[in-house]
Formats: sequence, structure tokens, C-alpha cells
Amino acid sequence: MAVKIALPKGRLLRKTAALLQKAEWRLDEYHSSMGFYRPESARFPDLLIRVFHEKDIPIQIAMGNYDLGICGLDWVEELLVKYPSSDVVKIKDLMYGEGALYMVGASLSPDLRQNGIPLRIASEYPNLAEAFALKQRMSRFSVFPVWGAAEAYPPENADMVLLSAGSAADIAGYGIRPFDRVLDFSTFLIANRRSWESKKLDKIVASIFNVLPPAVKSTVEKRDDFTSPLPIRFNAKGVKRDAVRLALPDGHQQQQTVGLLSKAGINIDDYPSSTGNRRPRIGIDGVAVKVIRPQDMPLQVANGNFDLAITGRDWLTDHLAQFPSSPVKEILDLKLRRVRLVAVVSRELNIDNPGDLLRFSADRDEPFRLASEYVNIADKYARENHLGHYRVIPTWGATEAFLPEDADLLIENTETGRTIARHNLKIIETLFESTACLIGNATPAPEAGKSRLIESITNKLRKAVGTD
Amino acid sequence: MKIQRCKGMRDMSPEAMAAFRRMVGTCRDTFVKWGYREVRTPTIEYMHLFTSAGTLTPGMLGKVYSFLDWDGWSGERVVLRPDGTIPVVRLYTDSMQGLARLFYTMNMFTFESGEGNRERWQCGVELIGAGSAVADAELMALSMEIVKQLSLKGVELRLSHAGLIKVLLSKLKLTDEEQHRMFDSILDGDTTLLAKASRKLPELADLLLPLLSLKGQTADFLKNKRASLCRGIPEIRAPLDDFLKTVAVLDDLDLKYQINIASGTGFEYYTGMIFQLFMGKEKIGGGGRYDALIAAMGGGNVPASGLAIYLDRLMDRVKKWDVTPSATKRILVKASSSAGIGDAFKVADALRQAGCIAEIDLDGREADWTLEVKSSKTMTLISKVKKSKTAVGSVNAVLKLLEAEGGG
Repeated sequence: MAVKIALPKGRLLRKTAALLQKAEWRLDEYHSSMGFYRPESARFPDLLIRVFHEKDIPIQIAMGNYDLGICGLDWVEELLVKYPSSDVVKIKDLMYGEGALYMVGASLSPDLRQNGIPLRIASEYPNLAEAFALKQRMSRFSVFPVWGAAEAYPPENADMVLLSAGSAADIAGYGIRPFDRVLDFSTFLIANRRSWESKKLDKIVASIFNVLPPAVKSTVEKRDDFTSPLPIRFNAKGVKRDAVRLALPDGHQQQQTVGLLSKAGINIDDYPSSTGNRRPRIGIDGVAVKVIRPQDMPLQVANGNFDLAITGRDWLTDHLAQFPSSPVKEILDLKLRRVRLVAVVSRELNIDNPGDLLRFSADRDEPFRLASEYVNIADKYARENHLGHYRVIPTWGATEAFLPEDADLLIENTETGRTIARHNLKIIETLFESTACLIGNATPAPEAGKSRLIESITNKLRKAVGTD
Repeated sequence: MKIQRCKGMRDMSPEAMAAFRRMVGTCRDTFVKWGYREVRTPTIEYMHLFTSAGTLTPGMLGKVYSFLDWDGWSGERVVLRPDGTIPVVRLYTDSMQGLARLFYTMNMFTFESGEGNRERWQCGVELIGAGSAVADAELMALSMEIVKQLSLKGVELRLSHAGLIKVLLSKLKLTDEEQHRMFDSILDGDTTLLAKASRKLPELADLLLPLLSLKGQTADFLKNKRASLCRGIPEIRAPLDDFLKTVAVLDDLDLKYQINIASGTGFEYYTGMIFQLFMGKEKIGGGGRYDALIAAMGGGNVPASGLAIYLDRLMDRVKKWDVTPSATKRILVKASSSAGIGDAFKVADALRQAGCIAEIDLDGREADWTLEVKSSKTMTLISKVKKSKTAVGSVNAVLKLLEAEGGG
């Protein structure tokens, strides 16, 4: 059986590509603008290569979909800390992409075991964050898994964050202070345990080992100075207790959002920010803005961390699929960034509509596999289509690469359907249409001034969108 | 496609359930006679019930089944109950006061790797509001009564004391962090760290090591060493005297026990006496005193102790017992034609009212006793063993015959 390897895109791509070039893999396509995520190696023509988001790789290895993988140790530990019996073997430290995970405090007393007060931890690494909380014997805590921008949450929206950074000094730039280093990591070659014990991986592994620099990694213990006292709970400057807290999206949605705000006659400074400022100033008194990932907004509005947020209906729907009684509701359709959420299968499968799925899944012994960034929508889709024995594989983008080998169906968003067609995939159903929308809490704010302000912002945006 | 049972979970067959019910019935009857009242708490609790006040070790909490509820957007998790005592204490602090003798039969969930049981059943009692040596002794006597009622042979009662362990740890000059870690490791059943650390303190080694290696002895050793121990480690006086007081009551009650200080395996909430029931190498139950737990959960300064019998570990042993044949008569009721079905149901009902197990025939099988019903007045009682057929005209006649024949 052909050997399969999962390579990272994103942060580690450049250095991984350099390593494999040195190892004379002669890859036809493995660079930041690649379109297919399926490079081929002239040196190992039988090797099946797929490119994934780094975070997906340990899961793919643990599931046995891939024999080998290259990714950061942070994501490996994030999996193993929660599922210690996962079939993942750490083969070799590849000695690049180093960093550390820091626990950063915003408003803590030094005693983390304080009784009764719930501490809020935001992190892209929820499992490691939970393990830390348990180890510190925190008496009560909640963990917000976030897609990114964790550093923006403290102090108002989280008491602590678990962050990845090159050094403690890097974090100081965010205006928050690390107090513990939870994990040092670098890039690792990992393998599926059964593959490692039974498959012939030696030539591939040796080609990488041979070009690694000698292990001169500094043995000096990395030191961080955590002696500075932790800041006490404070309110961020200018944010009044009864301010309306508005979350705006980061990433590629910023331009359209700026356009909309300006059409509504709302000024905003330093958004998008060239310096990474996540607290731009808005030209309405009594409104505080924070820039976070749209994926994380519904949960944050549900928690009462924000009063209003501009996100996509796709993420709101996913949130409501997970928490059906959540108080978050769509206030206004902003009619921007129109995409469809679709169910996608490989063109080679004899499936043309949802009805065919049932027959397909009933005919086989293996569980039906759904891959999606929208895990809760995918889970609901499987239940509603009576897929019986199924599994949802969470992904962090580049989902097209999963079909047909590593999943049977995707729930994806698409604007034109062109990417889907290019990957030899077909749409069997449109679940719903998603546009940017303004979301808020269904329970009205108790302060009259605040709810008037929410109303006024909503009205300005409504006029800009052109609905009554 | 065959759907498999979830890993780490087990089914209970009718035979296993019969054994299970018998164990639970025995525990229940005994607890009730000793004045305990039954309670049950929910399967799902907030995770912070278990994380607050350091009531469980991080090692244990790392194996808890926790998840976000359907309304868990706050990020606070709920868990499948990993322990019986803490929820019962929550119930007590919610709605009770004074002395409470409570018991429960509940399942606990914790992750075990491989084929280990992830769902475990316990019968347990909590004795809340009493802090005396007599209360400690009551729980141990009650445990041994259960052992007797279940006819378990070769059960050893092993004693330790959380207060003693804590004093020993405090002598080891450890940082807070190390002390936590070591206490956790002892509670998780590992004493190697402790033994290693105590070897580093020659001035205490003479006192500590014999105490730590004390295994399977009576209280005489402790009584003899009391003076020198208290001189060397003054703080040991209170827990040691507490321990000896309880032991004295046990001696009065003529209960056999062994002392094994370093094996305090159990839960972190224990503050005093710890006892464990061993059958060979298998721990089949145990308990202890947890005087600080109720205060830590905001319920005031109330002493308490408890015990639990591990039903899963006894299942296999109990299954092997000769289950005494049930005195209930069992009879298969067969309608001899479709016209007799209504009467067959009526006759079966009358037999049940009279205390029999009456089964309606569905597949034409043979039974020790079969009653063929043509009508409620025309019936034939067939004995498979005696190969006899007797015509009967009423349910009373059937009962009389069964009685006379000793059928069942």
C-alpha cells in the first residue's frame, strides 16, 4: 500500500519546503500559492502527499488516514493531552518553527485556586488550557476555544489566554503579561503508530534525517522572567461599564466592513490596522470596538462579552446547532459576502442528492466521514440525513484536500463553485445562503441608554444596507 | 452491520443482573437496618462541583467525562458523575442539616484505557454530622457486616490515616507544589516518591521510614512508638491519637484489621481515618473521614465520613455463588386453541395474583410446569419432570397441586 504523508501549509510551509528540497524530494508544487494541495515527488513517485492546515495533521495521523506528517509539536500535544491513547508517535524533532505556549494573565490574583470565581481562559489550544487549569487546581473555570486573536480577549473578555509565541517578550507587545510557559515546541515528524510498526517508511524517513543539521540545539534551559507582579483586574481605558461592545471581523472581511460603516456614516480609525491593533476607535460615543475572528463571535455574544458583532450567518448557524437555546440572534442581514453552504462529494461517487447518501452509507461497514470547518452544522446534517454510523472530522481550512480519500462529504462555503469544480468535486445540496450579518443578544440590555445606542447603530446600518 | 458495545462499557445479562440485584438488595437491607436512608443524585453535574476546593486530584479530573451541555455557551463544562460522595454532600448542603445517615446505589464514570471499566457501580453510605471514633468504627463495622451478609471470604480491613500522611509530607521540606504533587501521587496509589524523599532526611528517617513501611501490623507498634514519635514530630500527636482512638473502638468490637499507613489510595478529600477492604489483591470497597469537604463546599463546619462497596469488582465473585433457588413457582400458560387465549390471560393473571411467575407461551417451548388452558374451567397441568398430566378445573386446584408437588 502506498505510503501517505501530510505536509503543513501556512506558518511552516516555507521551511518544510526547504527541508524537502534539501532532501531531494523534487516536489512539483508546494508553495504558498498552490491551488491543489496534492504535490508529487519525483524522488518518491509512489508517495501520496497532501497539504493540510497544520492543526489537522495530528488528527489525520491519529485516525490512520496518513502514515507520516510534519507539524508543530504544539498541535500534537493539544491532541495527546486530551486523548493520550491516540495512535501518534513523535519520530523526530526537525528543529525549526520553534515557539512556546505561554499562559498569559490579565486580572489574576497569584492564587489560581481561588474559590468560587469562574476564571475565563481563551485559547486556540482548549485541551492544553483545560489541562493547565486542572493541574493548577483552579476551582472553577471556563475555556473558550477560539479560532484566533486570543491576545485580544484580556482583560475584558478573558482572565487568561494560552498563546503561542516566539518568546515572552513577543507577548509583551500585546500589553498583557505571561506568567507561565506551558510548552516549548518545534516542528516534528510524526507517524501513525501502526504504520510506524508495520509499513516500510525507512527510505522516506531517512531522506529527511540525512539532511537534518546535527543536533546542536541549545541545551540551555529557556528562561523567562515572570517575576513582575500580575496586574489587578482593570477596565480597559475608555471602556465604560455601560458601553456598547461591538466586535468587528479580522481578515479578508475588513474591507467590506469598512465600506459598510462608512456608508452608514460611522467613522473608524485604524481598521484594518497595519500594526495589528485590535481596538480601533469608532466615531460613536459609548461604543468600544474589538477586532476578533468572525468564527468566535456568536459564542462571545452569547456569553455577554459583546453586545453586537458583524459575522457570517454560517457561523451563527453553526453556533446555534451546538447551542440551540443560545440567546444570540440575527438582527440585520448586511447582504455582504454572499456565499452558499453546500454539501460536496467527489465526482467519482454515484451520489447526486442527499437521498443517495443514505444508500451509500448503509452499504458499507466503515463510518461515513464528514469533514468540515462547521462541525456542528455537519453533525446536524448527518443526523438529519439519518447517516447512522458517521464521524465528523473537524478541519481548519483547505477542506477540499480531504476528498475522496480522507472524507466522504464536505460541508463547505462557496461563492462561485469554481474551486469545488476544479478539485473534481460536485455539490449535491445547498444548505443555506450565508451573508454577513449583525448579531446581538435576544435579551435586551437592562440599561436604557445602552439599548438605545444598540438601536441607533442598528438603524444606521439598516439604512446603509438599504432595507427598511 | 453489527453495532458494537461502546469500549469500556459493559452489558449486564439476566444472570448478571440477578447477582447485581442480590448484592444491591443485601447492601440496601443492611443500610436500612442501620438507620440509613436512600438518596440518588443526577448523573450530570457541573464540573466545578468536582474542581472546587480541590476535591479530586488532577490525575482523576483528567479522566472525567466532561462536555459542553446544549446550553453550555459559557464554556463551563458538565461531567458524568465521577464520584458518589461529592454529589451527596452537595445534596446535604442544599437541603439538610444535623446528623444524616444517607446511602445510595449509583454508577460513576471515569475514563480507563483499553478494556478497563469506564462505568462503575457503587453502593455507598455517607454519615454526615458525626465526628467521633464511634462514627468511624460504625462505618467499618457496617462494611464488615456487608461482607458477612454477602458471604465474602478472606476480606481484609486495612487502615490508614490522611492526617498522618499529611504530617509526614509536611516534614519532608517540600515546596507547596511538590507537596501537592506527592500527595496526589500517594492518593493515586504511588508511594515511590514519598519513600525516596524521606530517605533524604536522616534525622527523620528513623521515625518516618518504619511508619511508612508499616504493613499488615496491629496497633501495638504505633502504641509503643507513640512517645518517641510525638517527641520527634510534635504535630503527629493529634492525628496519631485520633487514629489510636478509633483503633481502640475496633478492638472493643473485635474487628480484625491491618495497618498500612502509606497506602492511602482514595480521595483527596479525606482528612482522617481511611479504610480499605481487600479481597486478595482486589480492593472491593473502602471509605474514610472527610471533615473539611462540607466547609469547602460552603456548607459549614460539619464532620463527615463515608464508605463505598465496589459492585463491579464483586460481580464475578457473586455470580459464582450458588444462587438459592427462588421459592416463587414458575409456570408456563398455554392456550390450547385460539378460543382459549382470553382465558389463558385471565388464568395467568390469577396465578400471578397468587404469587406465581406466570409466562404466556409464545413459541411452544417446554417448561417444568405447563398449564394448558382450554377454558378457565378445563385445564391440564403438565409436569415435565414427573411426566404427569392432571386435569384441573380451577386456579385454586392448580395452586394446590403445585404446592403438593413442591413445584417451582
